Amino acid sequence: MGGSMKAPEKEILGTKMNHRHRPKITALVVDDNMVVRAIHHRLLQDLGIENQVAVNGKEAVDVHSSGQYFDLILMDMDMPVMNGIEATRKLRAMGIRSTIAGISSRSLEREKQEFMEAGLDDYHEKPLTADKIVSILHKISNHSG
Amino acid sequence: MDAVTRLHRQLVDYSNSLFQEGILDNQFGHLQQLQDESNPDFVAEVVNLYFKDSERLLNEITVALDQQNVDFTKVGGHVHQLKGSSSSIGAQRVNNVCTAFRSFCEEKNIEGCQQYLQHLKQEYYLVKNKLQTLFQLQQQLLSAGGSIPAYEMR
Repeated sequence: MGGSMKAPEKEILGTKMNHRHRPKITALVVDDNMVVRAIHHRLLQDLGIENQVAVNGKEAVDVHSSGQYFDLILMDMDMPVMNGIEATRKLRAMGIRSTIAGISSRSLEREKQEFMEAGLDDYHEKPLTADKIVSILHKISNHSG
Repeated sequence: MDAVTRLHRQLVDYSNSLFQEGILDNQFGHLQQLQDESNPDFVAEVVNLYFKDSERLLNEITVALDQQNVDFTKVGGHVHQLKGSSSSIGAQRVNNVCTAFRSFCEEKNIEGCQQYLQHLKQEYYLVKNKLQTLFQLQQQLLSAGGSIPAYEMR
């Protein structure tokens, strides 16, 4: 028995996507930690989500300035150069209406509140799992309706 | 008992012990589930990234705590990073030590920080050692013609 048995949430996602005949969902992983980036990249890939990575908030903003668009942005909070709060504010100010989910290992209510107010659609604590991503994806479906 | 059965049992027992001792948590299991035929070395690749990054961070923390005027914000930043990557691979005990260490940084408590740096190094090298042994057992099983058992979520 190998390790490739599909978890229930992946089957639900696959069914959902087939029924709606929608093009592949795209995502941007924004995190300064290379271990976390590698894991989130693979998690999304495993769910059939095409994704790129950015190492900080500034890179995330720059990739949008160059004209790219993503259905989903997974935004870490603490990053050098430009953090997640500032990057989220900037993206919203640029008119970016992607689903932005804040992903952080901070757990203080005050910090979470500040991050949400910057323009997040959702917030999750690290570590990210397939379950959490699926619940974020339901927000994308609600957005574009 | 043939070699594959023996090695299989050895691997399962060893793996279970790591979870029982709280060295690894469910998050490691999630990583194992992401490994498949098209990504056969995913876990080892991520874990090796973790080793490289953690040792860099531990070194930075050591140097930072050795300064005349310690920059506790900088130290706290490194600890926060290490916490993030440790929790993402399921290194539970390392993650927990980082949480406590971070408090000492916020309090600017130098003795606490130095004590916890030692504690952190101990836990990190323990999980490194255990994971390397786990990978070795997996390799032995594969070489004998067996396959790595699927991870059962706890």
